[in-house]
Amino acid sequence: MATEAHEDQAEIRGIGHSVKRKEDARFIRGKGNYIDDIHLPGMLYMAILRSPFAHAKLNGIDASRAQAVPGVVAVVTGELMAQHNLAWMPTMSGDTQAVLVTDKVRFQGQEVAAVIAEDPYVAKDAVELIDVDYDALDVVVSPQQALASDAPVIRDEKDGQTDNHIYHWESGDADATDRAFADADRVVSLDTFYPRSHPAPLETCGCIADVDGATGQATIYMTSQAPHAIRTVFALVAGLPEENIRIVSPDLGGGFGNKVPVYPGYVVATAASLLLGRPVKWIEDRSENLISTGFARDFHMHGELALKNDGTMLGLRTSLLADEGAFHADAQPSKFKVGLFHVVTGSYDMSAAHVVADGYYTNKAPGGVAYRCSFRVTEASYLIERLVQNAAYELGMDPADLRKKNFIRKDQFPYETPTGFVYDSGDYHGAMDLALEKIGYAELREEQERKRAEGKLWGIGLASFTEAVGAGPHKDYDILGLKMNDGAELRIHPTGKGILKISSKTQGQGHETTFAQIVAEEIGIQPEDIKVQHGDTDNTPYGLGTYASRSTPTVGAATAMVSRRVIEKARKIAAHLLEVAEEDVEFTRPTFSVRGAPDKAVTIQDVAFAAYTNFPDGMESGLEAAYYYDPPNLTFPFGTYAVAVEVDRETGVWQVTRMVAVDDCGVRINPMIVEGQIHGGLTEGYGIAAMEQITFDETGNCIGSNFIDYLLPTAVETPRFELGETVTPSPHHPIGAKGVGESATVGSPAAYVNAVIDALWPLGVRNIDMPLTSAKVWEAIEAAKAPA
Amino acid sequence: MEISVTMNGTARTADVEPRMLLAHVIREEFGLTGTHVGCDTTSCGACTVLLDGSPVKSCTMFGVQADGHEVTTVEGLAGADGLHPVQVAFQEEHGLQCGYCTPGMMLVGAALLERNPDPTDDDIRWAISGNICRCTGYMNIVKAIQTAAKAKAAAPAAATA
Ligand code: FES
Ligand code: FES
Repeated sequence: MATEAHEDQAEIRGIGHSVKRKEDARFIRGKGNYIDDIHLPGMLYMAILRSPFAHAKLNGIDASRAQAVPGVVAVVTGELMAQHNLAWMPTMSGDTQAVLVTDKVRFQGQEVAAVIAEDPYVAKDAVELIDVDYDALDVVVSPQQALASDAPVIRDEKDGQTDNHIYHWESGDADATDRAFADADRVVSLDTFYPRSHPAPLETCGCIADVDGATGQATIYMTSQAPHAIRTVFALVAGLPEENIRIVSPDLGGGFGNKVPVYPGYVVATAASLLLGRPVKWIEDRSENLISTGFARDFHMHGELALKNDGTMLGLRTSLLADEGAFHADAQPSKFKVGLFHVVTGSYDMSAAHVVADGYYTNKAPGGVAYRCSFRVTEASYLIERLVQNAAYELGMDPADLRKKNFIRKDQFPYETPTGFVYDSGDYHGAMDLALEKIGYAELREEQERKRAEGKLWGIGLASFTEAVGAGPHKDYDILGLKMNDGAELRIHPTGKGILKISSKTQGQGHETTFAQIVAEEIGIQPEDIKVQHGDTDNTPYGLGTYASRSTPTVGAATAMVSRRVIEKARKIAAHLLEVAEEDVEFTRPTFSVRGAPDKAVTIQDVAFAAYTNFPDGMESGLEAAYYYDPPNLTFPFGTYAVAVEVDRETGVWQVTRMVAVDDCGVRINPMIVEGQIHGGLTEGYGIAAMEQITFDETGNCIGSNFIDYLLPTAVETPRFELGETVTPSPHHPIGAKGVGESATVGSPAAYVNAVIDALWPLGVRNIDMPLTSAKVWEAIEAAKAPA
Repeated sequence: MEISVTMNGTARTADVEPRMLLAHVIREEFGLTGTHVGCDTTSCGACTVLLDGSPVKSCTMFGVQADGHEVTTVEGLAGADGLHPVQVAFQEEHGLQCGYCTPGMMLVGAALLERNPDPTDDDIRWAISGNICRCTGYMNIVKAIQTAAKAKAAAPAAATA
């Protein structure tokens, strides 16, 4: 039974090992395979003409000058798309979105026409030569304008749509909340705007559509975080048979939610390839990415927290206005109109909460995506953590003490919140205590007193977040009716190596390494011997993809479960090899042995070989299984972040002097990768707090359409992070893990802002809306100085 | 226009339009796709290559401006004796996630170590300040360049780029 030499004694590098990443081998050599690196024979290039107006009637398009440019193969307009019934497409929220405009443009940057050419430079040249006749219309750039009775109706093409209202949504118990407020000694309120930001992965979006006219096979290489869902949407949109559609998502240069939706460019490129019979490549430039693809947030929030004088929290009320842009294209579970915002009671034990939300159309880009966030958990966490901090000052309590007084206690889990979540596990006091200890909270507060006496502006901010991630259980979670369950397939080859095929799609999270570690943990084959395949719909099981921190909670669980299925069969083969009954076989990875006779043993590698060479009569050969995981609940990661800042009174410049992040994401599969995820999230959180913002002028011009206006943190101003961890496993997840990719973007913005407000509170500053640019901080200081 | 470039140590020629950006010449004409494009405004550094040993943003030069010069891309970082210490250190210290910024970051790091073999945290952060990373938060990139500096110091002969 000689397979190959394997070190039985070698430690299995499963869960808890900082295994170096397998994917790095290609990336450090410049051998990644990103969308723009793919080149197909006969490929054409597409460029898109976008509207300069935010709202304008389209009178006509004259493409004759563009068509005459040598090298131009075709110009595609909305009229042509309409002939194929493709001028509009469904959105992830069940609305419709124009693919190419036919009636009027509804946001600046909207797709008007596309040029297909032999060369990408020629395609761009020709776009400039398309003549479009527009009549500008009045513009709506905020939900407050949108709800005015005389506001122009943006979606006048929709039957029965007579205003700009999209949805009204409530969660929680209004009466119980009223009663809680009636009992309160004090109500602390906050109005704050979570500005429009953009995930801005370093690689923009793009695709290559390759439709074979002879066979009807459509292979679409696409920057997609959710290739399977996209395949189904394409089948529905284009009426193509689903078995003929293959979506291949290659290496992605980041995603952060930006690469979840279907964008018009994908549909136009596919239609063009179908019509022309040649592959068509479309790669966005950065401006196109920032002005037209999935933005995030843009959420006007009002919150009220009811408290007793001793700090006991009684209830929470929030009302929200969502600016959805011109098409309602949020990518989120269909049952929840503002995502999982109703997790807004956060880490606190209170008896009642009520959330009211209204969404409006505006003349802005559509596609509310969760920028490194589980469906508006970020906005929720920000609101409650800002409210709690302000409440502490108003009560004259230390913000850490107020939090600790109201934290859900360890012994209260599983804990049902007033809006219906059942938190799986937590130790909020433990994470907070560790964060305070690491930053030296008591000493910092003393230091702050001394600095204040010297006239310096010093602040310490906390945030103790709870996230809801891993959507989700099929009865509550679907997108366009597709249940948010995910699959894994594991096949072990005769030589004891294997391949794991998963429905999630890595964008830098390291799935090729961590998912192999889960297999290693379960079956005892080293992670380097397990190849992980993802992103190709023809070669991976169905699932809804990677976003909202769902890969570990769903696909991670499926991977553990499929490994256990493989072990079930392996045990039978081992019994056959060991010539004992199955019940007498014990498995201690990687070895199957006879109960009571540990010397009689075979390894998983021996069993794998036998599965193809020496299996019992009546058994199917091979060693493989599939598993589709339906999570019994979400998972609820948490943590406390503590930030110290110094604010320059004269300039408003603020600097982070300390940043301590204690995260509890349950069991950590690969601690090195987990820490990397947290570093990245803390940086994007800092960007959101300090600089990232997309604004619009009153005519709907997008300000923030490039990296000169839309600022991203560089290495110089990014804080230096100090990390800590506590581990509270998820009781329902097969390996106790919770998902961590977004915790830091969810939790950290409030910590940074709370630190700046902490510094400025004695001056009378109560709130500054993000991003806290030095100009805004300076203005707040100046306004506080002015006599009231 | 015909241009002659020493690409990663090998003499290469290409016939390019005068307006073609160096980044596109490298990717399309020379087929070296490790050089990435992330913006339109010289802001992100994903396209960084070394021109005669110094980092430049190849999206902000025309290919014709590289005529007669030496260009090093990520594909040229490894030597005959294996990976450059910066490449090894990026993997070792988890200095990359999606990998899109990585070629530019590693080239800037390698060039820095030629000038300054023992850089401080701040030296490194300023050196890479023209390169955006959306994934890592820079902590491990800084660490990787420090680790590479140590590795180079320990084995100076084997570690010249
Ligand atoms: S692509 Fe050259 S700096 Fe961004
Ligand atoms: S690793 Fe993704 S941008 Fe740096």
